[in-house]
Amino acid sequence: MNIAKTAKVSLLALNRNKMRSFLTALGIIIGVGAVIAMVSIGQGAKAEIEQRFTEMGTNLLFVRPGSMSFRGRHGGGGSYTTLKESDAKAILENCDAVQYVSPNVNTRAQVVFGNKNWNSSIYGVGDRYPQIRNWDVEYGVFFDENQVRTGQKVCVLGSEVTENLFEGADPIGEIIRLNKIPFRVLGVLKTKGEAGGWGSRDDMIAVPYTTAKSRLMNIDYIQSIDVSAVSAKRTDEAARQIEELLRTRHKIAPGSEDDFNVRNISDIAEGASEATQILTILLGGIASISLLVGGIGIMNIMLVSVTERIREIGIRMSVGAREIDILLQFLTEAVVLSVLGGVLGICLGLGSSSLISKLAGMKTLVSIGSVALAFFFAGSVGVFFGFYPARKASKLDPIEALRYE
Amino acid sequence: MENNNLIQLKDVTRVYQMGDTEVRALKGISYIIKRGDLLAIMGPSGSGKSTLMNIIGCLDKPSDGKYFLEGQEISTFNKNELARMRNKKIGFVFQNFNLLSRTTALENTELPLLYSDVPSKKSREMALKALEMVGLKGRELHKTNQISGGEMQRVAIARALVNDPSLILADEPTGNLDTKTGQEIMEIFTTLNKEKGITIILVTHDPEVAEITERRVYLRDGEIEREEES
Ligand SMILES: Nc1ncnc2c1ncn2[C@@H]1O[C@H](COP(=O)(O)OP(=O)(O)O)[C@@H](O)[C@H]1O
Ligand SMILES: [Mg+2]
Repeated sequence: MNIAKTAKVSLLALNRNKMRSFLTALGIIIGVGAVIAMVSIGQGAKAEIEQRFTEMGTNLLFVRPGSMSFRGRHGGGGSYTTLKESDAKAILENCDAVQYVSPNVNTRAQVVFGNKNWNSSIYGVGDRYPQIRNWDVEYGVFFDENQVRTGQKVCVLGSEVTENLFEGADPIGEIIRLNKIPFRVLGVLKTKGEAGGWGSRDDMIAVPYTTAKSRLMNIDYIQSIDVSAVSAKRTDEAARQIEELLRTRHKIAPGSEDDFNVRNISDIAEGASEATQILTILLGGIASISLLVGGIGIMNIMLVSVTERIREIGIRMSVGAREIDILLQFLTEAVVLSVLGGVLGICLGLGSSSLISKLAGMKTLVSIGSVALAFFFAGSVGVFFGFYPARKASKLDPIEALRYE
Repeated sequence: MENNNLIQLKDVTRVYQMGDTEVRALKGISYIIKRGDLLAIMGPSGSGKSTLMNIIGCLDKPSDGKYFLEGQEISTFNKNELARMRNKKIGFVFQNFNLLSRTTALENTELPLLYSDVPSKKSREMALKALEMVGLKGRELHKTNQISGGEMQRVAIARALVNDPSLILADEPTGNLDTKTGQEIMEIFTTLNKEKGITIILVTHDPEVAEITERRVYLRDGEIEREEES
């Protein structure tokens, strides 16, 4: 019997019992759908993070207080006071691979305009912050070097704050109050957008770091320094120059640990995308279990169906079906079901993935790879779990099968 | 003439092992059936008729003794070779029809050809012809759950003859049918025997059915008791 005939026999048999066929495939449909949807969430998060880092620019470096062994720790909260404004100035003056620096301090403040009240992140930054972060002003201007040096009470708003406080009116030149201190609005930054469950990046207000330190936070140190290297190629060189300079400035003896750390954007991006990779594997793994359960479902229903169809098998054998013909028929049925289930599952996965991104506002990304893998896995599940029932069917004795009631 | 012998049984026995006890269903059957015969096997229930039919039909093998079909020693065949013989040489008709449920007459008739190397276009033609031969022209697409017992048995006969077999075996083919329908079915068998020269062996309890055959073999306790010719 050739492949076309085997396929025909199997399809006719499946068609004769549509409901059973559908229920058998259901496990695979849900399994494949779950794998694709879950992996798309993980991959979406990964893509989101990578995009965020690329947006920041590849020649970006961060200098933070605290040693490297506190990797990943955010240098805020005032626990480290070792990084000073003068360090930032020295980096700009002495390191020739460095293009711009921006000393940073972060806090939160109550923002008031008219009768509107809002709580927002306050970024105390230098005048080169837009260039370093690849984050341009939408309209108006950013504060300049002079305003930073003299600690002016000026600010530039993120688009979400603008929306909330001014509701479409022109904010330029208006006075808003941060913790009751009046600040003049100079400009509005471009919208960065939602960051997939990471909160809005536009709910912020940039003020000169000098003003933030003295008026809002009352501190004499800075929390971090954003640095841009003159080119992406010279990023590592810039990092080395900064490390050397700060070790001298902070009088760190050779062999002892730094009281600061310099990391470039690709290090951080790597760590973050590693984390989302783990998330992807975890989600995919959980979903794979449902695919496995679907496979066991196929085996179960196929086994029942073999018992139910003993007479049919006997009839086929009596007209000349060989063991291999019966084996292939049942195996083909299992594979057809799981492949059809795979196709429907892919549709389900694509559908729920876009539903998740719409409803939960999470970015999801369906890759060809995950679709192909889920599909291939579904087919293998069909072969693997279809084989035992198929073999059982093929080993029946024709006389007993014909007599079976 | 030697090659006029379609079937030759030489001291065929069949022993069923039932736990510790042995059931000797056939105790040394020797018999020759010629091409073109129309033969009835009769005998009380449990005398071994079905067992003998299964062996002749290549569904089973003798425990001992030799069985030749068209000169080939079937008793030495393996499962696949037996399946091939059933596919090429033999058609079965059963008391309980044994058709695929919820399947059209045409698909049921085509079934043996699915397991042969006949191309599917040709097999459709052959199935249509077989159905016409049993008087089911126009009812090819009726499903088996929509037709009467007599019609089901006609479909079964069409399926049995579709592969142009040398031999049709019918185990109590009229057992589930009323007398009139039974007679119609028997007429189909005699026509196939007379006009197409197909050898037909049927098992029956009904003397009236047996009447129309040329020879009758009586089994008792796994042995041939006597033979009648008319
Ligand atoms: N699969 C089997 N296992 C054990 N004994 C069997 C089996 N098939 C038939 N027999 C026994 O063999 C004998 C002949 O049975 P069978 O050929 O079916 O008789 P008949 O068809 O003439 O009624 C009976 O005694 C029956 O019980
Ligand atoms: Mg019987």
